[in-house]
Amino acid sequence: MAYDKFNILKSRAVPLKIENVDTDQIIPARFLKAVERVGFGDNLFRDWRYDQKGKLKNDFILNNSLYEGKILVGGKNFGSGSSREHAAWAIYDYGFRCVISSFFADIFKNNCMNIGVLPVQVSESFLQKIFKNIELNPKSNFEVNLLEQKVSIIDTKEFELFEINPYKKENLLNGFDDIDYLINLKDQISAFANKTPF
Amino acid sequence: MSKTLFDKVWDTHVVKKVNNGPDVLFIDRHMVHEVTSPVAFLGLKNRKLSVLYPNKTFATADHNTPTINQHLPVKDSLSANQLKTLERNSKNFGISFWGLGHKKNGIVHVIGPEYGITLPGATIVCGDSHTSTHGAFGAIAFGIGTSEVEMVLSTQCIMQVKPKKMRINVNGKMGKGVTPKDIALFIISRLSTSGATGFFVEYSGSVFTEMSMEGRMTVCNLSIEMGARGGMIAPDDKTFEYIKNREFTPKDKNWSNSMKYWKTLYSDEDSKFDKEYYFDANEIEPMITFGTNPGMGISITKGIPSIKNNGEGSISYKKSLNYMGYSEGDEMIGKKIDFVFLGSCTNGRIEDFRAFAKIIKGKKKNPDVTAWLVPGSHKVLESIKEEGILNILNESGFELREPGCSACLAMNDDKIPIGKYAVSTSNRNFEGRQGPGARTILASPLVAAAAAITGQITDPRTLF
Repeated sequence: MAYDKFNILKSRAVPLKIENVDTDQIIPARFLKAVERVGFGDNLFRDWRYDQKGKLKNDFILNNSLYEGKILVGGKNFGSGSSREHAAWAIYDYGFRCVISSFFADIFKNNCMNIGVLPVQVSESFLQKIFKNIELNPKSNFEVNLLEQKVSIIDTKEFELFEINPYKKENLLNGFDDIDYLINLKDQISAFANKTPF
Repeated sequence: MSKTLFDKVWDTHVVKKVNNGPDVLFIDRHMVHEVTSPVAFLGLKNRKLSVLYPNKTFATADHNTPTINQHLPVKDSLSANQLKTLERNSKNFGISFWGLGHKKNGIVHVIGPEYGITLPGATIVCGDSHTSTHGAFGAIAFGIGTSEVEMVLSTQCIMQVKPKKMRINVNGKMGKGVTPKDIALFIISRLSTSGATGFFVEYSGSVFTEMSMEGRMTVCNLSIEMGARGGMIAPDDKTFEYIKNREFTPKDKNWSNSMKYWKTLYSDEDSKFDKEYYFDANEIEPMITFGTNPGMGISITKGIPSIKNNGEGSISYKKSLNYMGYSEGDEMIGKKIDFVFLGSCTNGRIEDFRAFAKIIKGKKKNPDVTAWLVPGSHKVLESIKEEGILNILNESGFELREPGCSACLAMNDDKIPIGKYAVSTSNRNFEGRQGPGARTILASPLVAAAAAITGQITDPRTLF
């Protein structure tokens, strides 16, 4: 098993009401020098969380003790930019298991699913409802049900269904990854390789 | 059935179609660098797997390398460790490694084409989003994450849902002072940074047919900046001429057989795209960015658009202008700048240095400007010397650095200081991209050269 299984996540959420959050913000390049997957959570949103002297910036949402939880809610076009999986690792390592947004960049979305963080794409209007709900009650809970592909606002009982590739869903539910699948295709792959021109 | 260029290449690489799932796609070429590979190699060790096809895998060091005194030990211990780790992994897994100091070393997306690793009709991946560069040769090339690097190392395959298809047509004549970078920045400004998310792009039209291979690489490189997985251009005589007789290009009978296949690589006349855009090159001027994503670009002669013209997202827009220290309506021309960066996988090729030299020749670098000129590879560096460009640069007060990614992502010491303005020929103007607090203005090598001479944003057409 490559990572924790994902089934139902019931949690509070942290609202990051910014659009086009790119992977350089999620984890700046100067923190990509490790050769093992450890400690990336410490530098999640580094330059938004800390000032130049390493002091916490009080106006950043992650530094506001009102908000916590395993769900990160971001504005549209979340995760654009670099292909660094370190961005997904940082989000995971910090303690998030799910990111909700109205639109995700492709590579970031794949990276999340490959390490067991569930990217949930909702409509812009539902995203605004989630933001509103957290604003009214920072302690409100949300439920993300992967099997039913459903995300719910517990307080208001409102919900929305989300899409996910059935193969990827199965992987996440079981904690499998693509290598587990591909290893079983070894003969087929080598037969294919023998026919390729390059 | 009629097919697009993208379909033709994709479909011939599908090993298996998974029911309701992604395709298992065979990868012809896998480029590896020091930053996104160590955890993948660690994964192989933990699973007791080997690299399935070491001869299809090529490793180089670029992201984390210094651009001065490359012959000395790397000072930053974390960087040095990452570079050593790649060297050790390459050796242990039997992969060719062109590390720091190697004569073939350079930015992964610059050296791939230089040595004929990049071929038409091939599938190419790398743990770097600008892998889209290689699409200039009619390859399907895209960036991947580290889990996927591990996947390709161990199985030479990747599992991907087939993207939708977009075609961007640009016809007409490129005006004076307009470069491939301007064409790309213009398209991104129209589509936004997410306008092509979920799509693979084909660039078509007379502008791209007439463009050099270097120019095509610049355009395809920037595909990711509008969200596309990749961009490609149908191979033609220019492509074949470029790749012929390079180290890894097929030779003799293999060449003629390959040519037969490559000549079939174009979108059939009645093939269908999910989305199509048409632009007129005559309307495109030299471009410049004013904000903190590559979609925030305008003609250099224009002012910064106001928020009400920008629709939703006004909080993010304000935050962005605030970071840059700019206001709505500001003219970009005349704004003071502190740094100039010529280089990166976007504009670090010989043609870019030629363009830069054309502007600065016979003039002097502005004394208030710090200029970092970083060739994309040792091969580019050699050409700069051979063509006499180095002399032109030196006479104008510029120095040349050694190859690498450098200030594009500022992983090494090449960091723009807090609050300073840098005109950069690279690909991203995100907050802090070129160093904490750095303010990046993306532009072409011509605009960068003009700024280096005057110390402010200048229309390069006034300096010809």
